[in-house]
Amino acid sequence: MSLLYTEQEQDLRDAVRAVLADRCSANTVLARVEGDLPYDGDLWRVLARDVGVAGLLVPESLGGAGASSREAAVVLEELGRAVAPVPFLTSAVLATTVLLRAGTSEAGKILGDLAAGATTAAVAVSLAADPFRPGGNDVVAEDGGLTGVVPCVAGAEVADVLLVPVGDAVHAVTEFTVDTDVSLDLTRPVATVTLRAAQSVRVADSSDAVPYALAYTAGLLASEQLGVAEWCLDTTVAYAKERTQFARPIGSFQAVKHRLADLWLDVVRARAVARNAADQLTGGLTDAARTAVATAQAWCSPVAVHAAEECVQLHGGIGMTWEHPAHLYLKRAKADSIALGAAGDHRDALAGLAGVPAPA
Amino acid sequence: MSTKLDATSARERVRAFVAAHRDVTDRVGFLRARFDAGLAWVHFPEGLGGLGASRDLQEVVDAEFAGTPQPDLGKQGVGLGMAAPTILACGTDAQRRRFLRPLWTGEEIWCQLFSEPGAGSDLAAVATRAVRDGDEWVVDGQKVWTSGAHHARWGILIARTDPDVPKHAGMTYFVCDMAAPGVEVRPLRQITGEAEFNEVFLSSVRLADDLRVGGVGEGWRVAQTTLMNERVAIGGEPVEPGGGPIGPVLETWRTRPDLRTHDLHRRLLALWVDAEATRLAAARFREQLAAGLPGPEGSAAKLAFSTLNQRLSGLDVELNREAGLRYDDWTFRRSDDVDMFGRDAGYRYLRAKGNSIEGGTSEILRTVIAERVLGLPPEPRTDKNVPWKGLPR
Repeated sequence: MSLLYTEQEQDLRDAVRAVLADRCSANTVLARVEGDLPYDGDLWRVLARDVGVAGLLVPESLGGAGASSREAAVVLEELGRAVAPVPFLTSAVLATTVLLRAGTSEAGKILGDLAAGATTAAVAVSLAADPFRPGGNDVVAEDGGLTGVVPCVAGAEVADVLLVPVGDAVHAVTEFTVDTDVSLDLTRPVATVTLRAAQSVRVADSSDAVPYALAYTAGLLASEQLGVAEWCLDTTVAYAKERTQFARPIGSFQAVKHRLADLWLDVVRARAVARNAADQLTGGLTDAARTAVATAQAWCSPVAVHAAEECVQLHGGIGMTWEHPAHLYLKRAKADSIALGAAGDHRDALAGLAGVPAPA
Repeated sequence: MSTKLDATSARERVRAFVAAHRDVTDRVGFLRARFDAGLAWVHFPEGLGGLGASRDLQEVVDAEFAGTPQPDLGKQGVGLGMAAPTILACGTDAQRRRFLRPLWTGEEIWCQLFSEPGAGSDLAAVATRAVRDGDEWVVDGQKVWTSGAHHARWGILIARTDPDVPKHAGMTYFVCDMAAPGVEVRPLRQITGEAEFNEVFLSSVRLADDLRVGGVGEGWRVAQTTLMNERVAIGGEPVEPGGGPIGPVLETWRTRPDLRTHDLHRRLLALWVDAEATRLAAARFREQLAAGLPGPEGSAAKLAFSTLNQRLSGLDVELNREAGLRYDDWTFRRSDDVDMFGRDAGYRYLRAKGNSIEGGTSEILRTVIAERVLGLPPEPRTDKNVPWKGLPR
């Protein structure tokens, strides 16, 4: 096990960062968020096909790269740093993990297309679903097909395939309507998905695939949160060096520098817990991995939010404007803190995992 | 040495030494022989307890010496960790030959005479005066937070030798003879009841000029060598999840279900996450060091651990309820160690308060991180280019 980055992982980071630097500047993202489709299809095609991130978690036998959670985590760090509007987390991690866990030949067919970047998938669960109590949905299988409404789904707008948990099974559908909600997170909006007697293919016979994938994805979400926090820290430090008030750079005031030192200390630890989760998940969701996931979420969720809040505050007035990208990070960080279990849900899970039992 | 020492030859050399000294039963005798064989600190020069080898080999040598008589890392800590590297780097040949051997064997204990009541975080403000008198210096002043002064034969001392120049330029570094007339050591009682440290009063203490380390006025530079070596020690030993400072709290939590409340449970889980994040960051830092990639993350460790220790021990007192209302022992006595695992929560709570003060306050560490790691601009300074005697004190 290692908490550092391998050379290969650094190469992957460089490749993703180069694409994002070229095609996903803060201004580009900001200009897009109020358009018809916040997701950037061209950017996703380059990342998915040319860099090959879509098939990272898919085995080579199914046409993927056969990489691991460690590499996917590095990609998420970079996507978080750029608040990149692409469906990597929702399709290449969450939906892909459901299909991998399902392990059926129907799932394999879909995985091949996903890995090639030919199609994109989403899972019809609320982004707020908690891996420990995933709950259900209102979708029912009737004679004519699947019918029901699922709120707060992320990545559905750009999904060709929707994976729908129904009872003890997971179904794949391609006929569904998506109504995007006005969302807190401008770069990963949520939507209401409606199924009306949709024809479906059964891809999993067990109900376990979805909670498994939610927990696995929660562990990797920590790396996205690390990337968000890092951008906020770096950007704020740079601004504190350049912004002058009272004839001094504001970064020379202890009230400012001590806050940034504390934030740095939080981010150093966020990197350690996020790398630990990514590393532990290479062996699947063992108890050690579940502990690592819960720790990473419990730590990184509040750290990302705090970093974004400090970014807004220490930028002063400009941080409060629509024109400065800080709000994109604040909105992502806050939405991420609800996604896939809140920090408190993960701390509750640690009561059992770490042997800290609740009062009777 | 004609051939360069590598791990294999180092191991062989230690094995041969241990075999040849199997019959040496007294501890000091064994340590003297180990020093003379150059196996004390292998990166030191030959004749001074070393072999002029790479510092990395020390770990190999130490492992091979397991089970043999060892230096006392507690009592000898200041000597081994601070005085020795400073004397090696800045002392004269005569000083190296006089001091290093008994320092390493523990025959002579060392203490550090740096902090003063008026010079804590601002160490360069020291007011203890050393005035030249022929071949001697006459020292007057007061030092504080001196651990082991009551055991010490020697002290490393910084004193002001020129009050007419800016503060960093007017200091000189000495070895203080703790047996000299005019040196008075008094235990300093702490909030825990006992005294780990001392106050040292220096009244017309006469030190020969050959006890001066480095040039007159170079005390600050020499002190940096000492303090740089103090920081090397930070990083800590690897621990398991739930180990380290959270261990005693978890033990109480698990064995005393009657004490559990929902509020404490919520806070303990948050601290478990904090402890685990801090533990993993330390583990990651050790990996970086092992891979030859030292980073600024090391300076994070002390800041993170001091806060964590304080929160955990504070929660522990509260968790203990009635036992938390009691204290194990307020007796004023000397103490040579800090027992964060054997003593009650009340002691740990009070002792941990010192963690964010000793060895660099948390406020100073935040400034260091902000300026040296993040590259933020320094505070404007009003004390740099004026004579020390003109500074408000």
